[in-house]
Amino acid sequence: MKAIVSFVAVLVLTAIGYIGGSAGSASKYLFGVVVPYAAFAVFVLFMIIRILKWASSPVPFRIPTTTGQQKSLPWIKDSKIESPSTGLGVIGRMALEVLFFRSLFRNVKTQLHEGGMLAYGEAKWLWMAGLAFHYSFAIVLFRHLRFFIEKVPVPIQMVEGLDSFLQIGAPLLYITDVVLLAAVTYLFLRRVGIPQVKYISLPADYFPLFLILAIAATGVLMRYFTKTDIVGVKMLAMGLISFKPAVPDTIGAMFYTHLFLLSVLFVYFPFSKLVHMGGVFLSPTRNLANNSRMKRHLNPWNYPVHVHTYEEYENDFRAKMKEAGLPVEKE
Amino acid sequence: MSKLPKPAELAKVTYRPPATDWMDTPVELKSGMFCHGSKPKSLETIGFPNPREWRPADADWKLPENWKEILIEGIADRLKKYRSFRLFMDICVRCGACADKCHFFIGTGDPKNMPVLRAELIRSVYRKEFTVAGKILGSMAGGRELTVDVLKEWWYYFYQCTECRRCSVFCPYGIDQAEITIIGRELLNLLGLNIEWIAGPAANCYMKGNHLGLEPHTIIGNLEYMLDDIETVTGKRIKPSFNRKGAEILFVTPSGDLFADPGTYTAMGYLMLFEELGLDYTWSTYASEGGNFGFFTTNELAKRLNSKLYAEAKRLGVKYIIGGECGHMWRVLHQYMDTWNGPTDNLEVPKSPITGTVFENAKSTKMVHIVEFTADLIKNNKLKLDPKRNDHLKVTWHDSCNTARGMGFFEEPRYVLRSVVNNFVEMPEDTIREKTFCCGSGSGLNASENMELRMKGGFPRANAVKFVHEHHGVNMLANICAIDRASLPPLMDYWVPGVKVTGLHELVANALVMKGEKERTTDLRGEPLPSASAKEEKA
Repeated sequence: MKAIVSFVAVLVLTAIGYIGGSAGSASKYLFGVVVPYAAFAVFVLFMIIRILKWASSPVPFRIPTTTGQQKSLPWIKDSKIESPSTGLGVIGRMALEVLFFRSLFRNVKTQLHEGGMLAYGEAKWLWMAGLAFHYSFAIVLFRHLRFFIEKVPVPIQMVEGLDSFLQIGAPLLYITDVVLLAAVTYLFLRRVGIPQVKYISLPADYFPLFLILAIAATGVLMRYFTKTDIVGVKMLAMGLISFKPAVPDTIGAMFYTHLFLLSVLFVYFPFSKLVHMGGVFLSPTRNLANNSRMKRHLNPWNYPVHVHTYEEYENDFRAKMKEAGLPVEKE
Repeated sequence: MSKLPKPAELAKVTYRPPATDWMDTPVELKSGMFCHGSKPKSLETIGFPNPREWRPADADWKLPENWKEILIEGIADRLKKYRSFRLFMDICVRCGACADKCHFFIGTGDPKNMPVLRAELIRSVYRKEFTVAGKILGSMAGGRELTVDVLKEWWYYFYQCTECRRCSVFCPYGIDQAEITIIGRELLNLLGLNIEWIAGPAANCYMKGNHLGLEPHTIIGNLEYMLDDIETVTGKRIKPSFNRKGAEILFVTPSGDLFADPGTYTAMGYLMLFEELGLDYTWSTYASEGGNFGFFTTNELAKRLNSKLYAEAKRLGVKYIIGGECGHMWRVLHQYMDTWNGPTDNLEVPKSPITGTVFENAKSTKMVHIVEFTADLIKNNKLKLDPKRNDHLKVTWHDSCNTARGMGFFEEPRYVLRSVVNNFVEMPEDTIREKTFCCGSGSGLNASENMELRMKGGFPRANAVKFVHEHHGVNMLANICAIDRASLPPLMDYWVPGVKVTGLHELVANALVMKGEKERTTDLRGEPLPSASAKEEKA
């Protein structure tokens, strides 16, 4: 049900994009210029607000989750990445987390066997699919920069070359297109296929999957099947980036659909779980050094509290203390 | 109390989620799975709101009229104070990697025990009250109205989490359910919704200095019994000091070590070790608790209870503090104490008077873990050890959640263990070190009325012990946590009969050859030493 709602929502959005892109030049201006500008502005503005909001809440305690040996006695080898005691170690830990999804790599599958014995099996599919999804998406985005730069820079050309090295079809097939579609499909299938994951899923979990799937699908359709006026698209992109927007009327509706769905993603991003992209950097269980006994961590809102003082304690128990032979402050 | 089912029955867990959506599945408080509600007297002692007689099983929880307002304000306040909380409310993608990592989920199959869903219990209300999408779209955006039923669900499930942090090891964003449970329990405490097993000890600790409410003369009395037993075993009479000004070191341990076995054997271990070293140290009856049940209620109470350690160190004029074997105690000492109650200018950077080693890793808090202290002694050959005295034991090592994932304390205890026993076997690798499983009774859940919950929660831990028990003949489960020493024995009796539980310093003391001691014939438990092998060795 939750999946269906999200699916319908994406279908409707796709239709809006297509209809908008099929209508007259005013509509094309709206979908080709106004909406993308607005979406980008919303994305940047609200992402900044979101991150400022996170950052405005302090980190009162140093609470890294330690996944390796602490630094203690000099002859005990400490784990510089899994339990970093220095800033450099923290950077290493964060790099592994952000670039390679270190924690997800640990994933194991817990199974209860007949006779009541538990077993822990390898479970790397989620890690692989997650990595494949994020990296292919990043490469696809990077390739799109060619539309925004007059003379396509060498790095982009190199990535394009590598991405299409299989030399299949014309235009050449990009591996990342296939990987992106496959990974998103897998992420969807596991969400509906694993009972526990299905049970915890919200519409907000299906929606971005369908949305990204639709963006990728329209892109793939344009590149390999329906074709579009690439020169026109580049003109539009260059116009947008140089703030001199112009809308060539040679671009087909499929492109506007693609662009509109992307705009939706940009608008949706700061208000959704997709903010995990920025959030992971701020996670206090990962980005703090495990050195709390070496270096005092300050809590900006630390305040004085009521305590039961020794004096009060001795007043309560003086007679008993003296009888037990304990020294007392006041006779 | 409900009757505890047989192990074979409890080991049949179904992981199939119910047909109804979790938001539409009302909470059902099952007996054996929750603790008694807090008593008014306990809450009054620590100055907590809404003290009253109440029973969790009753329909009416006697909440203040504006309870909802209090909670929403409480959430808003904590969003401003804790980046962890704000972030963890926003960034979960519900990938499910944490789901089957929780011992309570593995043991119960209850989907609301998946860390992700436990967090969603609060997150859904957060979305409804604090996000634009949730305010407009409601349940379509994953939002949920805060009702009495939702509140009861919070209470039920936040007291079915032991804050062990295993889920946070596997979360790609480091979302820590312990953090969410800690804040969830703070919120519940705004309405007087605590459990007596936590509120009672916390109140005791506040007034009397320790969870068990041991008064000064009782502490001394309890130690006297141990000293008698030590004399019986070793022929040596030890005379420790209490509340002594001018001692070099203050020693603080969880009060559980002074109260019941096998914790008392661990305490005997400390006494014997310090005696052998001639350490200039003192116990305190005022700061007679290393543990901190305040940590299971609110950050503020945790700080109030913890304050006694530095205050007493200052009053007595010691140079630094050594802390005994305990789990959450060390999470608090390692990650919170200095921030709360430091800086400690009157104390000195800890330096072992025996080896001269300076504990640089504790240079700010001035608090050393006794296992760090002992490991350093052994490394420097300062102890005469006869591990053969532990040859009747086949030992496995339980990493306590808090020292494992809140401290990274893995090699020190293993080094000490290997030095004092000859037979040591590790449990399967997915159940130890940073992936260790909770005893199922941590964070103040080691009561008796919730025994079914404890046995279910401890199932994965016990299961791994069972594996090494059956394959390697393991008969002793060693650890450095007072709650483990209290809660693992019934867990073992239930799931793996034949395996006993010990603290590390009990094993150290058994192996420790003391100056002028008599020929030992028994270990600290009064059980005969393995066929006088120690004797032959000497000859």
